[in-house]
Amino acid sequence: MKTTVSLLVENKFGVLCRVAGLLSGRGFNIDSLNVTPSTLDPSVSRMTIVVEANENAMEQVTKQLNKLIDVIKVTTIENGEFVDREMALIKIRANPQKRAEVLREAEIFRAKVVDATPDTCILEATGDEGKINAFIEFFKHYGLVDVARTGRIALSRGGGKTAKKASKTPEDELKKAV
Amino acid sequence: MKAKGSVLLAESLMREGVEVIFGYPGGVVLPFYDYLYDSPLKHILVRHKQGAAHMADGYARASGRVGVCLVTSGPGATNTITGIVTANMDSVPMVIITGQVPRAMIGNDAFQEADIVGMTRVCTKYNFLVKDPSEIPQTIKEAFYIASTGRPGPVLVDIPKDVFLTEAQAHFPERAHIRSYRPSYEGHQGQIKEAAKAFLKARKPVLYTGGGIIISGANEELKKLAEHTHIPVTNTLLGLGGFPSDHPQFLGMLGMHGTWYANYAVAESDLLIAVGARFDDRATGKIDEFARHAKIIHIDIDPSCIQKNIKVDIPVVGDAKYILTRLNEEVRKLASSEHFASLYHAWNQQIGEWRESHPLSYEMDDELIKPQWVIEELSRHAAGDSIITTDVGQHQMWTAQFFKFRNPRTLLTSGGLGTMGYGFPAALGAQVAFPDRSVVAIVGDGSFQMNIQELSTAVQYHLPVKVVIINNLNLGMVRQWQEFFYNKRYSAIDLTVCPDYVKLAEAYGVKGLRASRPSEMMDVLQETLNHDGPVVADFVVSYDENVFPMVGPGRANKEMILGNEKREEIPSIPAGAAMNS
Repeated sequence: MKTTVSLLVENKFGVLCRVAGLLSGRGFNIDSLNVTPSTLDPSVSRMTIVVEANENAMEQVTKQLNKLIDVIKVTTIENGEFVDREMALIKIRANPQKRAEVLREAEIFRAKVVDATPDTCILEATGDEGKINAFIEFFKHYGLVDVARTGRIALSRGGGKTAKKASKTPEDELKKAV
Repeated sequence: MKAKGSVLLAESLMREGVEVIFGYPGGVVLPFYDYLYDSPLKHILVRHKQGAAHMADGYARASGRVGVCLVTSGPGATNTITGIVTANMDSVPMVIITGQVPRAMIGNDAFQEADIVGMTRVCTKYNFLVKDPSEIPQTIKEAFYIASTGRPGPVLVDIPKDVFLTEAQAHFPERAHIRSYRPSYEGHQGQIKEAAKAFLKARKPVLYTGGGIIISGANEELKKLAEHTHIPVTNTLLGLGGFPSDHPQFLGMLGMHGTWYANYAVAESDLLIAVGARFDDRATGKIDEFARHAKIIHIDIDPSCIQKNIKVDIPVVGDAKYILTRLNEEVRKLASSEHFASLYHAWNQQIGEWRESHPLSYEMDDELIKPQWVIEELSRHAAGDSIITTDVGQHQMWTAQFFKFRNPRTLLTSGGLGTMGYGFPAALGAQVAFPDRSVVAIVGDGSFQMNIQELSTAVQYHLPVKVVIINNLNLGMVRQWQEFFYNKRYSAIDLTVCPDYVKLAEAYGVKGLRASRPSEMMDVLQETLNHDGPVVADFVVSYDENVFPMVGPGRANKEMILGNEKREEIPSIPAGAAMNS
């Protein structure tokens, strides 16, 4: 099962290592990972991590992540309760004759052309994972020169913050799990 | 205050109440050693850096205060790692200060450079690399705070050489504030009430308590709870001393080498109250069979310990002392001691029968000294407040079985990591904390040799530690496993080539004694305990004694080997089971 974990952590050196080490030490592969300083408080960073793990293992990992001194808050984002986005830049082969077609097709994905040379151009698109996959797949027939895509970033739906200080006690969370 | 990093560090340590540092100097920490030369901080010069880490650990376990050790970069730092992991596994508060190469040289493969922060990230509770001398006071404050609060553990502080030498303006904070670290002590009140109610529904309850009782100082509260409710108490290895072992409700240790009746009681129980114990595989045996009929209450300060190995019905996250105090109030509201006595009468009677039918036992011998006998007599004759340390192996299990621990912080042993070579340096650390108490290191002939060099430390600082070697001239626990689970193919266990421990002790300037026959045993033991200074007493014991009861790897705790079976009656190990143990 793919799980998205959103963490608020101290924005300082070594924290990424601790988080990544905790996951790798238990044999979990990180599918994607995104780290940026939070715009609300520059001393805090938000990490959004997608890992493949079963539910029990994930519960243990969440507790271990909570235990790390530099982790302020851990939220496991479950399916349907969040908005997630990725962004991709793709460089494709497109000579001047094809450019009009590229622009038209980019419209389908609400993608933009952000750079062009006589032989290539770069397109930018954002969306959820499925859309980005489809976007990349679609433009393959031009010939992909290069692809760069971000990991997933996510926020939970509704009024609460995705990662504020836990108001619930650990027992409440554990009770839910029992 | 404006001062050099060395001064800021020493001042910070003194503000934390540090009295003694266990250490070993070397290149990059020389600026700090230069400052120590006329500082009131006491420094114990060890003979191996691993010894420094274990001494700080022993000091911390015996006293409850944070143990401090100091080493140089590179090999100095890496040599402490076994000691750090030992402390981490057993939740021991320690601060390890390591020197680092100058800031500008970090990452350049400089002389004696090691990325100790990277290496210890996974085996410390937290670690720091200090990049500016002005950060030292805040860092040390936080290091001691993290090490000693919540579930305690070792914290490493890595300080580059030029940080020691550079002057900076620094402020000494009164307290540490870490927004992301707020251990919860008080527990959930509703859960505590829930736990108390479960007592009334139970008919076959057992209290299963671990090192958390000792760390939080909850032994009196535990005794109160047990006595009010008449619930029998079993301890994990690290929990020994948390409940008086001469108490009629005490079942002894449970698990792989636990008592028959403790393992049976847990297996048959309908309510298991786990306090400050983490359901370690050596305690539980085959986890699916462990307390399978029981409702489980788990009180622990570390939320990640709950639901880790076993499904828990009533979790309570918090400090054992605080929660047991509250639980005592709740239980008293619900029923009188007499009521509980009648509720559990049949159960306690059953346990009494088990206790009678399967006591811990061993056979005496006319020719050979039995190791269990040495420990039993030691228990009888050592002072009541003696601190006992052990290494790892058969002697450790016999100590757990036959030494009667009555007080918390009197057994120091490497439970989680199982570190051979821990016992003797830990005893020295404990002796530094309590110069007037009797400290005995019970060691094996294998493990003693792993940190034997610290005999010089004992002599130099007049630390009258008594070393009792349970010498069977082989790696006994390994031999026992090979006997039962590897068709008696004894591979690499022979230690008959060994030093003459008496002469070796004398070479170090320590009194050496030996007993090889039962008739000599008591005299040597008495002389050991009565001598003023350090002693190495070599008890040459029977070669092939085994620790019983024993639960085979991957087996349920009820399937104990008692030692009186014929070889063919001993259950064979299912394929694959041994792989997990």
